[in-house]
Amino acid sequence: MDAILLQILNGLDKGSAYALIALGLTLIFGTLGVVNFAHGALFMIGAFCAVTLQRILNLSFETVDETQTDFLGNPLKVKTPYVEAWFGPEFGGSIIDWAVPLAILFAIPVMIGVGYVMERGLIKHFYKRPHADQILVTFGLAIVLQEVIKYFYGANPIQTPAPDALNGVMNLGAIIGMDIIYPVWRVVYFFFAVLIVGGIFSFLQFTTFGMVVRAGMADRETVGLLGINIDRRFTIMFGIAAAVAGLAGVMYTPINSPNYHMGMDFLVLSFVVVVVGGMGSLPGAVLAGFLLGILESFASMNEIKSLIPGIDQIIIYVVAIIILLTRPRGLMGRKGVMED
Amino acid sequence: MSEFDASRRRVLKTGAIAGAGVALPTIFTASSAAAFTNEPTGGTVTLGFNVPQTGPYADEGADELRAYELAVEHLNGGGDGGMMNTFSSKALQGSGILGKKVEYVTGDTQTKSDAARASAKSMIEKDGAVMITGGSSSGVAIAVQGLCQEAGVIFMAGLTHSNDTTGKDKKANGFRHFFNGYMSGAALAPVLKNLYGTDRTAYHLTADYTWGWTQEESIAAATEALGWSTVNKVRTPLAATDFSSYIAPVLNSGADVLVLNHYGGNMVNSLTNAVQFGLRDKVVNGKNFEIVVPLYSRLMAKGAGANVKGIHGSTNWHWTLQDEGSMAFVKSFGTKYGFPPSQAAHTTYCQTLLYADAVERAGTFNPCGVVEALEGFEFDGLGNGKTLYRAEDHQCFKDVLVVRGKENPTSEFDLLEVVEVTPRAQVEYAPDHPMFAGGQLGSCNPGA
Repeated sequence: MDAILLQILNGLDKGSAYALIALGLTLIFGTLGVVNFAHGALFMIGAFCAVTLQRILNLSFETVDETQTDFLGNPLKVKTPYVEAWFGPEFGGSIIDWAVPLAILFAIPVMIGVGYVMERGLIKHFYKRPHADQILVTFGLAIVLQEVIKYFYGANPIQTPAPDALNGVMNLGAIIGMDIIYPVWRVVYFFFAVLIVGGIFSFLQFTTFGMVVRAGMADRETVGLLGINIDRRFTIMFGIAAAVAGLAGVMYTPINSPNYHMGMDFLVLSFVVVVVGGMGSLPGAVLAGFLLGILESFASMNEIKSLIPGIDQIIIYVVAIIILLTRPRGLMGRKGVMED
Repeated sequence: MSEFDASRRRVLKTGAIAGAGVALPTIFTASSAAAFTNEPTGGTVTLGFNVPQTGPYADEGADELRAYELAVEHLNGGGDGGMMNTFSSKALQGSGILGKKVEYVTGDTQTKSDAARASAKSMIEKDGAVMITGGSSSGVAIAVQGLCQEAGVIFMAGLTHSNDTTGKDKKANGFRHFFNGYMSGAALAPVLKNLYGTDRTAYHLTADYTWGWTQEESIAAATEALGWSTVNKVRTPLAATDFSSYIAPVLNSGADVLVLNHYGGNMVNSLTNAVQFGLRDKVVNGKNFEIVVPLYSRLMAKGAGANVKGIHGSTNWHWTLQDEGSMAFVKSFGTKYGFPPSQAAHTTYCQTLLYADAVERAGTFNPCGVVEALEGFEFDGLGNGKTLYRAEDHQCFKDVLVVRGKENPTSEFDLLEVVEVTPRAQVEYAPDHPMFAGGQLGSCNPGA
């Protein structure tokens, strides 16, 4: 029983990342009609916002310690972060320790900016082109962004730990008299995802801006004829979608150390999530994200793998095939999308 | 120095080469067609460095490439000479190889067998490389080794740790300086026994490809010989990034040791996940839960950060070794690049020097002459003490290091500490050991 609950928790965690990326993808597809294969790269850029802030906070000055030597036998150069020099070792150290949560503040403007530049600089020229062209150009962009990150940050994973206070484990089963030890940060990540998803839905549901965007998603031409600059709103939505992917990346860094190809690792799965959830359906993307995350976790269990070897690697695709065969519009997709 | 070995096999082989030479007298004439693949005719000789320049092992590949460039510089008489000064063989004089200036071309393996074969093929056919070296994955190394055998060039393996490279997939034209899974197990087992006792239950998570399989087999056999039991062996996809689904079952498995047969990004993520799930703080069967990473590298340790503290594993070489050769290499590499070399850099630098030295001693670039010069060659001064290139399988035998993640690192390079230098005799095995059975070394192929 403990093992099953643990896998459900794991699934919710994986599903949180899938759902957040798929949510952004769906926002872009629903508003601009663009299939954005660079969305995984936005997730990666978000993660590297955390890396960048961590490096900024660790910027140091050097002093020479004559009593020690470096690996070549020269006097050792000791690095002291400016933050620790300015704010004292304790408070300065705490600021560095909280680099990942602080990176959220850093990532929001960066990601909105990246999204804006990407949309205005490249993607707007492909609105009226076939989806295949959009996929090719955005996939190419993803590779370029990936290589740029590799050039500046290298190919190895970079440690970006959670703050010490959130780095341990907690017993989630204590309330029901069970022993379910689970990492604190993963719980934080799940609630963060729920918060973001809730925030996006509330924004679209309860604000005038969101209402106009939803109307534009339903009938862009009519909204335009009413004198509303729907294109500008959609551009802003692209920026918001980029920010969602970026924030998902920022908060994911303590779970798995960021590396330059992490976006590609998530991209294909997230597209499957979008298709299973229903192209253009925001609730569908979130539901499918969590659902497939849980299924993937269960498929990794030894008991399941011993029955069907290799199922952990194909489960998501098997489910996608079944869904598309039986319900081409996806779980919550509109009729007409992906089916005649 | 190479010792004369007048075995029947060697005499027959030498006779065969000599016989082939007599039968094909045009080989010895200046106007003849090439006697072997890519026979250098001008004032230069080209080596092919085939390393991962993209993909998850790109940082290892970058370090390999630095070492190759340093080796070429030293072979051509530049720099401080590095380990050429400490190498027991004195055939190399800093005037290239056989008087020809060394040039090189590079290829990107992408850590994919097909891409690695394609780039090696291109370097052989288009660039005229007479020797291919590099790699950062056993799958890649085995694929390229097979290609080099077919093409008739020498393959000096880079980073490859699978038993199969010099086991069932061994080839006469291929040579491995790096150690292997069996040797890791043989080195680690006594240390694990002293640290954790003989009554332990291990759970293996293993990368699902040739390297993972043979390492898992080797470590399980070595630990079971101590009295440990193995509760489970779980294969994980090479492309996996989040290992939480595989770590969670460990918690309730009854295991008190987790063995991570993972490398590179896989190891960084699986170890991070294991630590996140509190495995290191657990007490199971009345014992502290332990994690073992059988194959360590400094670059991986850097990725895993504080998670490696106190965790044991094995490594081929480490920059803190105090022998003359290692110190010379660290000084040379560190002065040029500003940081110490990794084990990947060390093994590829050694392979380049060993190839060049073999050509000098053989007096020819002909692969069969090089094979002859390397088989049974014993040398010293390249780190790890006296080393033997065994004739039967082309595997190097030397001391193996057991290392531990350092608790209080003094610098960003000071991540691992050597806890044991396991003597060569302790990690040696018979050429027909069951873990290395199958396949044939065959005979050298000179190509054209």
